[in-house]
Amino acid sequence: MNQEADNQNIMKSLRKFVDKIKPHFSKGGKFAKLHSTFEAFESFLFVPNRVTTKGAHIRDALDMKRAMSVVVAAAVPALIFGMWNTGYQHNLSIGMEATIWENFVFGFLKVLPIIVVSYVVGLGIEFAVAQIRGHEVNEGFLVSGFLIPLVVPVDVPLWMVALATAFAVIIGKEVFGGTGMNILNPALTARAFLFFAYPGWMSGDTVWVQGLTSGEGVIDGFSGATPLANAAAGLFEKLPSTWEMFLGTIPGSIGETSVIAILIGAVILVATGIGSWKIMFSMTAGGLVMGLLFNAFAVNPFMEIPAWHHLIMGGFAFGAVFMATDPVTAAQTERGKWIYGFLTGIFAVLIRVINPAYPEGVMLAILLMNVFAPLIDHYVIEANIKKRRLRAKS
Amino acid sequence: MSDREPLFSSKNIKLLTNPLNVDNPITVQVLGICSALAITVKLEPSIVMAISVIVVLSVSNVVISALRKMIPPRIRIIVQLMVIATMVILVDQVLKAFAYEVSKQLSVFVGLIITNCIIMGRLEAFAMSNRPWPAFLDGIGNSAGYGLILIIVGFLRELLGSGEILGYPIFEKIGIYNIGYENNGFMILPPMALIIIGIIIWVQRSRTKELIEEN
Repeated sequence: MNQEADNQNIMKSLRKFVDKIKPHFSKGGKFAKLHSTFEAFESFLFVPNRVTTKGAHIRDALDMKRAMSVVVAAAVPALIFGMWNTGYQHNLSIGMEATIWENFVFGFLKVLPIIVVSYVVGLGIEFAVAQIRGHEVNEGFLVSGFLIPLVVPVDVPLWMVALATAFAVIIGKEVFGGTGMNILNPALTARAFLFFAYPGWMSGDTVWVQGLTSGEGVIDGFSGATPLANAAAGLFEKLPSTWEMFLGTIPGSIGETSVIAILIGAVILVATGIGSWKIMFSMTAGGLVMGLLFNAFAVNPFMEIPAWHHLIMGGFAFGAVFMATDPVTAAQTERGKWIYGFLTGIFAVLIRVINPAYPEGVMLAILLMNVFAPLIDHYVIEANIKKRRLRAKS
Repeated sequence: MSDREPLFSSKNIKLLTNPLNVDNPITVQVLGICSALAITVKLEPSIVMAISVIVVLSVSNVVISALRKMIPPRIRIIVQLMVIATMVILVDQVLKAFAYEVSKQLSVFVGLIITNCIIMGRLEAFAMSNRPWPAFLDGIGNSAGYGLILIIVGFLRELLGSGEILGYPIFEKIGIYNIGYENNGFMILPPMALIIIGIIIWVQRSRTKELIEEN
């Protein structure tokens, strides 16, 4: 009880302080130039008290800040698992026994710098751009900054993360007009940039496990290659068991390995209505259909692997749950979402199997479909207009 | 006809300098993008390409301008193409004779100067209705504007993509690799040339008042 009162007092004095300094940042004030920076911190601390003055007065309590927070919360299980897995893979490769806690702390210390770099660079640019353009700082980067560390290998140098983040925020987002205007998913843009700019750090069998200098670990039989890379190379005897791939105790990008952790995130996203279940479902279906097609017309062993294996290998699950469902870059119409998701799934498996140079087809498939999403929407809307016009005539 | 106009009147100087900035063929007219993406991986081919286009465009501009009263309007495009093609073949042969390595790097793109929209565009829009001297200046100006962008893009792509300038391994000499720097493989791919040109357009538009559009 006492503590609650204390908290209230703190909040009150904080509110008072913010109110006191507010005039300095308003028009004509001393720091009017820093208005958007102030705005960002104020709305970070308190729910904005602005009301609409014209047009519709109904407002949903689910504003962008809350939606973004839910996505971040949904990605937390994948992150925590990724941190643990970083330590686990490292200790596995050098043949050390370690407790869950030791593994987690090891991974935490490796992953945290990547998160910090991603946020500092990305938010720094967001604040600078908002200041220059004179608009408010947008919450959009809170999610992108969280997703970027999840889709990179743990060994990636920090300056590359910084460069890729800057590229994604400036070229992928700000030149199009900022959050909500971007065509491509910023987190995947960052990953694609890394993939094409520094392929040595984004593929191969040394980067996925911390401290591995050659493909094999210190102990016999340990391979740092991801299951996808092994499958693409035809090393099927090196594939981990289905359970391991589902649980995620395999080498891979930090957040993408554990299907279970991703499924927890999916449940949160679907239950809160923030991620579209239609996209997740149709993308999974598309991947399965393409996998089955390959099975039916298999001419090489990679085509013969069970279709559902594609769903638990590589970044398919992560892409379907966190990347393809990005509300800005996905299709907006309900029917469009089905088409968009289904085609993403098909292309993901297609690129993966047909082109061994790009084992991570999910990233490319989602970026490709991001580009086509407005076209899909256009035709869905056109079809609807046509249908209604026909109905009006008859 | 004002025959007494000085050779470098302010109007003529404009013909030369406008294409370098406010009327740049690549960044403002958005012509000739294709070759700008294809041959700018290294600085050297970019420079050679720039010189080739300067030669082709200035000479064809003068020739077409001198012939402009004799060319029947109905077949003017064919005549223009003949002149350009002749020049391109000449340039190609000279390159093969004296700069074989670069000519091999440029491959079909020397021949494709014929289809470079900048050249046809200048012949049609300027040389056909102006006297040879202004046409010459216009040709030099436009091809130099084109070459300028090519050289900027080629310089950035070679420096960041291969760590070299004109084949000289500058990054290796400063020892920047020792502190963990790596060449950016994306720079070698054509999409990055497009992005660099986009950034040049962005910078140019935000700095040049004439180009800022009202919307």
